[in-house]
Amino acid sequence: MNAVSPGTIFRRLLALLLPLVLACAAPAIAADWDLDRLMQSLAKTKEGRATFVEKKYLALLDRPVESSGELLYVAPDRLEKRTVKPKPESMLVEGDTLSIERGRQKHSVQMQEYPELAGFIDSIRGTLAGDRKALERSFRLKLEGQAERWTLNLWPTNAKLATNIHLVQITGSRDNVRSIEIIQTDGDRSVMTIEKVASR
Amino acid sequence: MMRHLLQRRWAAFALWLAGVAVCALVITRTTFTADLSAFLPQTPTPEQQVLLDQLTDGVVSRLILVGIEGADAATHAALSKRMAQQLRGDPAFVTVNNGEPVNTERDQAFLFGNRYLLSPAVTPERFSVAGLHAALNDTIEMLASPAGMMIKPLLPRDPTGEIVALFEQMNAGNRPRMNHGAWASRDGARALLLAQTRAAGADTDGQQQAMAQMQRAFDAAVKQHGAAAASAKLAMTGPGVFSVQSRQTIEREVTRLSIISTLIIVSLLLLVYRSFTALALGLLPVVSGALVGVVAVSLGFGLVHGLTLGFGTTLIGEAVDYSIYLFVQSRQANADKAGAARDWVTEFWPTIRLGVLTSIVGFASLLLSSFPGLAQLGLYSIAGLVTAALVTRFLLPLMLPKDFRIRDVSALGNRLAQVARRAPLLRWPLACVALAACVVIVQHRDTLWNAELSSLSPVSQADQAVDARLRADMGAPDVRYMIVVSGTAREAVLQSAESVARQLQPLVEQGVLTGFESPSRYLPSIATQRARQASLPADDMAQRLAQAVDGLPVRAAVFQPFLADVAAAKARAPLQRADLDHTSLALAVDSLLFQRGARWNAMLPLSAPASGFAIEAVHAIRTALAAAGQPNALFVDLKAESDQLYSGYLQQATWYSLGGLCGIVVLLLLSLRSPTQVARALLPLAAAVVTVVAILALSGHRLTILHLIGLLLIVAVGSNYALFFTGKGDAISPQTLTSLVFANLTTVSGFGLLGFSSVPVLQAIGTTVGPGAVLALVFAASFARRQSIAGK
Repeated sequence: MNAVSPGTIFRRLLALLLPLVLACAAPAIAADWDLDRLMQSLAKTKEGRATFVEKKYLALLDRPVESSGELLYVAPDRLEKRTVKPKPESMLVEGDTLSIERGRQKHSVQMQEYPELAGFIDSIRGTLAGDRKALERSFRLKLEGQAERWTLNLWPTNAKLATNIHLVQITGSRDNVRSIEIIQTDGDRSVMTIEKVASR
Repeated sequence: MMRHLLQRRWAAFALWLAGVAVCALVITRTTFTADLSAFLPQTPTPEQQVLLDQLTDGVVSRLILVGIEGADAATHAALSKRMAQQLRGDPAFVTVNNGEPVNTERDQAFLFGNRYLLSPAVTPERFSVAGLHAALNDTIEMLASPAGMMIKPLLPRDPTGEIVALFEQMNAGNRPRMNHGAWASRDGARALLLAQTRAAGADTDGQQQAMAQMQRAFDAAVKQHGAAAASAKLAMTGPGVFSVQSRQTIEREVTRLSIISTLIIVSLLLLVYRSFTALALGLLPVVSGALVGVVAVSLGFGLVHGLTLGFGTTLIGEAVDYSIYLFVQSRQANADKAGAARDWVTEFWPTIRLGVLTSIVGFASLLLSSFPGLAQLGLYSIAGLVTAALVTRFLLPLMLPKDFRIRDVSALGNRLAQVARRAPLLRWPLACVALAACVVIVQHRDTLWNAELSSLSPVSQADQAVDARLRADMGAPDVRYMIVVSGTAREAVLQSAESVARQLQPLVEQGVLTGFESPSRYLPSIATQRARQASLPADDMAQRLAQAVDGLPVRAAVFQPFLADVAAAKARAPLQRADLDHTSLALAVDSLLFQRGARWNAMLPLSAPASGFAIEAVHAIRTALAAAGQPNALFVDLKAESDQLYSGYLQQATWYSLGGLCGIVVLLLLSLRSPTQVARALLPLAAAVVTVVAILALSGHRLTILHLIGLLLIVAVGSNYALFFTGKGDAISPQTLTSLVFANLTTVSGFGLLGFSSVPVLQAIGTTVGPGAVLALVFAASFARRQSIAGK
């Protein structure tokens, strides 16, 4: 009779178990929540409507200032922010043009003239569009969390942007963006929470 | 007897030479121009004066708009930056702007540092506790907006948001968009640059130099940039550029026309005379006339316009007629050599004299015109024709060599006579043509005349198209409407401008105006600055602020820098013009506030909605102006002003032309002493005039003042032909007929050539008189009585 060494038994056991392990592990790997997956699912949204509440925490002020209104997004590059409170105001970004309407005042600028503004707006627009390349032009990206609750950190790499903005932190669930927090280099920050409106 | 004649000949020749020498001397000291001065009134109304200032000296006249096109957008922008860099160091330019942030920081620092003196929002109410509370609340709300990030750093110093208000006020105008860091057209096809020259718009030499500098800077930039820029092109426009271009066109045209018409006439004369002596003698009256004409204009007007010289080529055509009559007739009478000249004097001089007189009466109507260009033409022509006639009458007969003979033209004359005898067969067909022409004129009566001054502009359609395109790109429509305030002192004018601005502001809010400019925006009057300083609280400022922050999420302690700035603004001396130096606001003030002689003028350009001002809007503006109570403020519509100027010229020219026509009729009546014969002489001329007008109308021309003058010239020149055909006594001889036809050919070639000119003013006269002179001769021959043409 041939003696069976413990090593052999272990190998056999392993051979038996491995497919099982793999079979169990496989779904976990396939569902792995990485940046590309996030971008892909975000890119599927062609049009979106949401309400927002934005709070700005400024060192100068004793209380945060709050504004609220509606966000409208049409892929790939149209983003409109309609503030209702405290004062009606509208900001529209389309292509390279930024238009702001406040009371009777109407301004329109080309974003390439204001690189710090362009970088900031691209962080939001790029996230909504799921355009990783556009985001990586101005930011270093890091994704944390799971598909159900993810956090995307954007650190500015562009020097001009970096003098003002320390970090843009976007949270969400699957293809829904839930909040955008901007932390400025002087410690002031703004938090915008977003509530998706069911598409008509 | 022979020696006596020789002596007289040399004496006369010496006298003529002396005259030529004097003329030459005057001409060497003459100023020649080719700018817009020919079109501008010499005794303008106040509104016209504004137009004149704008055209000749105003900042608007000093602007050169530049487009760089033909390569890719990045190359355009790079070239624009290189050019701008070089031109900014060039003393020929006051400013060069292509959107690069050259003065931006200095401008912003100036505006921020002086915000409490400059901002119209600074009032006692705004600095009351309630006013401060409201202003602070607004600013805090603004922090919540997307612009909040930009204003946040300013909050401790400017919590009432004065700088935001100032920027909003000053950035109201349209700016071109930026592309690769420089201004570009909306479609990205061109980079744009705006330069202000030191030379005034009317200083054509200075403008030409500035244009050359611009071109050099562009060429250098292209060279530096390398292959990518090889296809780039430079386009320039502006009032000064137009002056330079039209001067070049006029100079080129005048030279070309003079050479060609001289060649044609010399060839014609050689063809008839087959003699260089006769040619030289024949040109003698022409040269004398041209010289005296220039001298007369130079002495009478102080300068000679290029257009006058261009028109002078036509004088060659008319003045050469006189010697043609003399030579052809002298050949006829040459059988009795000694008596040749005398016969000519008795037989033909009266007819020529009458012709010269009718021309003079015609041109005299131009002389009286308040349109300086026309007055110059009139003086030039009268002086030239009188001289040519006198030289022909008194010098030429003396100068004829004793055996002077030109080729026998009687064979040609007889052939012409045969043709001419058949001409009356055309009487009825031609009468039908004239009637049809009348019908055409009646049909086109509404579109017959062009009522715009620009119809006389020597600027080509292509150049005008470039201008329109660059202006549209720049978002700088023509400055058309403005309010001009004048006074004896800068401060008074600024105060008036402020009270006008206060009345205009509601119109902007109602949307009647899209906006307006005022020098007081950049440099308020001392009175206004003092009033603003008085609005700022003194000792109790800190106290008011402490009360104002009540209920707001902010502590008063944050605003220490604000308190310091307000105290400094209250204590400082008011701003003067010199404080604006080295900012782009200085240019804005200087272009809107300037001194003319002893008077100060402030301009408030108004921007109309895209559709222009409706009549109600103009009415609202006039009402606002009346409410401002400033007697020295004028509302000026530059386009209406220039068109009105022109229609004034046109109306006056119409009356004077009719006067000239009456003069010619009276002259004919006096000399022919028979109303029937006068009517007979005038009928073919009238027919020629209506036919020419009909042809012009049918070919899509709209008549201008110059066409009108052309029509008068048809009558003046054509009356010579008509007189020969309706002449009393002997029938018209073949020789006379030959001289008439040759005279007509020279006239037609002189004027006809103008018809091919690219200068509208010259072209108008050419296309009218050229065909008109031929028609006058044909109509005169056809309507003549059959027996008035002698047979062989």
